[in-house]
Amino acid sequence: MDMLVTLIQAAVAFGTVIMFGCVGEILTEKSGSLNLGVPGIMYIGGIASLAGTFLYERSTENPSTFVCLVLALVCGIVGSMLAGLLFGFLTITLRANQNVCGLALTIFGTGIGNFFGGSLNKLAGGVGQISVPTTSAAFRARIPFLADLGVFGDIFFQYGWMVFAVIVIAILLHFFLNRTNTGLNLRAVGENPATADAAGINVTKYQYLSVCIGAAITGLGGVYYVMDYIKGTWANDGSIEKLGWLALALVIFTTWKPLNSIWGAYVFGVLYWAYYYIPGLTRSSQELFKMLPYVVTIVVLVFISVRNKKENLGPAHLGRSYFREER
Amino acid sequence: METKTAIRLSHVTKTFGPVVANNDVSLEIRHGEILSLLGENGSGKTTLMNMLSGIYYPDSGTIYVNDEEVTISSPKDAFDCGIGMIHQHFKLVDVFSAAENVILGIDEKCSSKEAEERITDICRKYGFDIDPKQKVYEMSVSQKQTLEIIKVLYRGANILILDEPTAVLTPQETDKLFDIIKNMRDDGKSVIIITHKLHEVLRISDRVSILRRGEYVGTVETKDATALSLTEMMVGKKVELNIDRPEPVDPKLRLEIRNLTVKNSEGFNVLDNVNFDIYSGEILGIAGISGCGQKELLESIAGLQMTAPGSSVMYTAPDADEPVQLLGKNPRQIKNMGISLSFVPEDRLGMGLVGSMGMTDNMMLKSYNEGRSFFTEKKAPKELAERIMQELEVITPGVNTPVRRLSGGNVQKVLVGREIAAGPKVLMTAYAVRGLDINTSYTIYRLLNEQKKAGVAVVYVGEDLDVLMELCDKILVLCGGKLNGIVDAKTSTKEEVGLLMTHLRTEQEEK
Repeated sequence: MDMLVTLIQAAVAFGTVIMFGCVGEILTEKSGSLNLGVPGIMYIGGIASLAGTFLYERSTENPSTFVCLVLALVCGIVGSMLAGLLFGFLTITLRANQNVCGLALTIFGTGIGNFFGGSLNKLAGGVGQISVPTTSAAFRARIPFLADLGVFGDIFFQYGWMVFAVIVIAILLHFFLNRTNTGLNLRAVGENPATADAAGINVTKYQYLSVCIGAAITGLGGVYYVMDYIKGTWANDGSIEKLGWLALALVIFTTWKPLNSIWGAYVFGVLYWAYYYIPGLTRSSQELFKMLPYVVTIVVLVFISVRNKKENLGPAHLGRSYFREER
Repeated sequence: METKTAIRLSHVTKTFGPVVANNDVSLEIRHGEILSLLGENGSGKTTLMNMLSGIYYPDSGTIYVNDEEVTISSPKDAFDCGIGMIHQHFKLVDVFSAAENVILGIDEKCSSKEAEERITDICRKYGFDIDPKQKVYEMSVSQKQTLEIIKVLYRGANILILDEPTAVLTPQETDKLFDIIKNMRDDGKSVIIITHKLHEVLRISDRVSILRRGEYVGTVETKDATALSLTEMMVGKKVELNIDRPEPVDPKLRLEIRNLTVKNSEGFNVLDNVNFDIYSGEILGIAGISGCGQKELLESIAGLQMTAPGSSVMYTAPDADEPVQLLGKNPRQIKNMGISLSFVPEDRLGMGLVGSMGMTDNMMLKSYNEGRSFFTEKKAPKELAERIMQELEVITPGVNTPVRRLSGGNVQKVLVGREIAAGPKVLMTAYAVRGLDINTSYTIYRLLNEQKKAGVAVVYVGEDLDVLMELCDKILVLCGGKLNGIVDAKTSTKEEVGLLMTHLRTEQEEK
């Protein structure tokens, strides 16, 4: 029983990181932009918020929890939005190839993250010395009473507030895409920009906004990872990158529906950690189980393509740039 | 209201570079009438209407809507003037429902339920049959077209422009569309139909305006017009071109086409039971409005097109007695049988040549599997490229310059040169002189005539009737995928061919 509870807790924490990435990427892709820079954006979001709060906590005797919280979020969002803006400028305005720009952004973001992560460690006095205790505590605070409800509390409430925030964001995004006129226009841009253009929709504006806001949400995944998942420190081990790619796989797994990402992310979490909780695995057989999330993604892809239902496919114009005068 | 015109175009001119698409066109559309805009391909009908719908902006001239001068510089301006255009290629989002497509891009707040009610109202008023909740990808072509019309009406348009609306419809669907158009006219709306189908013009419209080569020819009341009088206005007087036409030498049966039928992906017959023969030493012209099956016809013979069962294309080699079947074989198999077919496709840089490769590499496309060594053999193709460059006066910096960078005329010379160099027995060309200047066009005519004299069976699909009449020996006329007649180019008239192109003969007329 205890093992099951810890597995679920690990899966939820893990799922939260990739759910941020997935929800942000769904918003981006709905405008027809395939941003493969998710891992890079997560790195940038994470390091930006860590750098901001680290410098603040170092400069004052008694850091205020509120300022820490706001600073972490603002730095993370601004950093990742700038990364999104860069991607948008390259692919929307300059019409560069989206795949190449996305991959470049991943490499760029990884570099930035690890470079500044190393610098911060040096400032803090050595590898692994960096810490932002006040901010991390603010992110990891549990809801009083609810978290103490025995097994029930352990499964549902033994988490920081961002775990719940991402669920709210996913629901809001679902509502926005499917119930509002703006959401309808956005989906039209991703499906058929020429049609949207002829209907008087400002295609460029929609693309920029969705790429930037999508990147901001993705970047929050990095913030959660740094502040809560690894408790306010920095690890140069590339694990954010792995999570970023899983977030991209999750987008396909959810068939571009934000609501599916809520359970999908946790399923990925369970599959990812399953090897740890299955008894009798050797080191080499563990590796087989680590493949599970990817195997499931492939199975889902096959299933979707066999069912061949247009609603389950990605936006029709995904990955291509739009140029009005082209015929 | 009675005397006012819905739209008046005054001295409108539009040019694209050196090409004059519309020259000093003046035209008016009254309230509550159906006006047909008639003209051959490239006569500027669509360009003219695109200036009303905000896609193009006129170089000079003025547009009046309800007798007031207006500036239409975007589709939105056109909507504000009450003008809505239904394009030939639908602008719809496939995965959206009908209602979602209709409200797309409209700023005003309105719930999808209200939108659906308004759509149902419009449907009831004009007799449309559309379920607002149905997804576009589940709709037939005719339903999609109806949806486009609803989209325009929903935005409050009083003037509707339909660009070749019947091109994709079955006769039954066309009848239904015409009923709808008449309903809209009776409701006081003005409808402009761009078309080149004469019988439809005569059936539906109140007045007909005719354009020819970008110029306005005139407007007639439909009740005073006949198919013949309209054709005359459409094709105009014969132009003297002076293209050589040597007498065919010893024509022999080369290709025998029987019951050729091709279906498109919607199961519609693009080519319907076509029978004819192609002889060596002759130029057979193929005339027809664009999209009447010319492309499918050539591609079927070249082995690029699936044909319906029962179709047959028999080839008789000059030295053989037994004809062989070409259908069901791909171009490689046809080539391996020792049959030399050359095909100059319409899409030069798509199907004909690779734009980013130089002349030499493009020559190799035909001979890449001939070399025996592991490495490519560049010598022969390079010599061929240089020969073509010299003989046909291709203007290019070098044989390795990507052909994409050459002008249209030079690209065509490279393509025709390569196809002729293969020493074909049958040479098929589609719109060989489209977009070329006079000099290059004459070079192409000369090359075709040389092939003809050498005993090659030449097929020339063209759009300029004057050229067809002067260059070809026989002209085969397609109309809606059916063979509508084969005429002798020396004795027939342009009006005769023009009429065959636009007006499908009925059984009685044939007898």
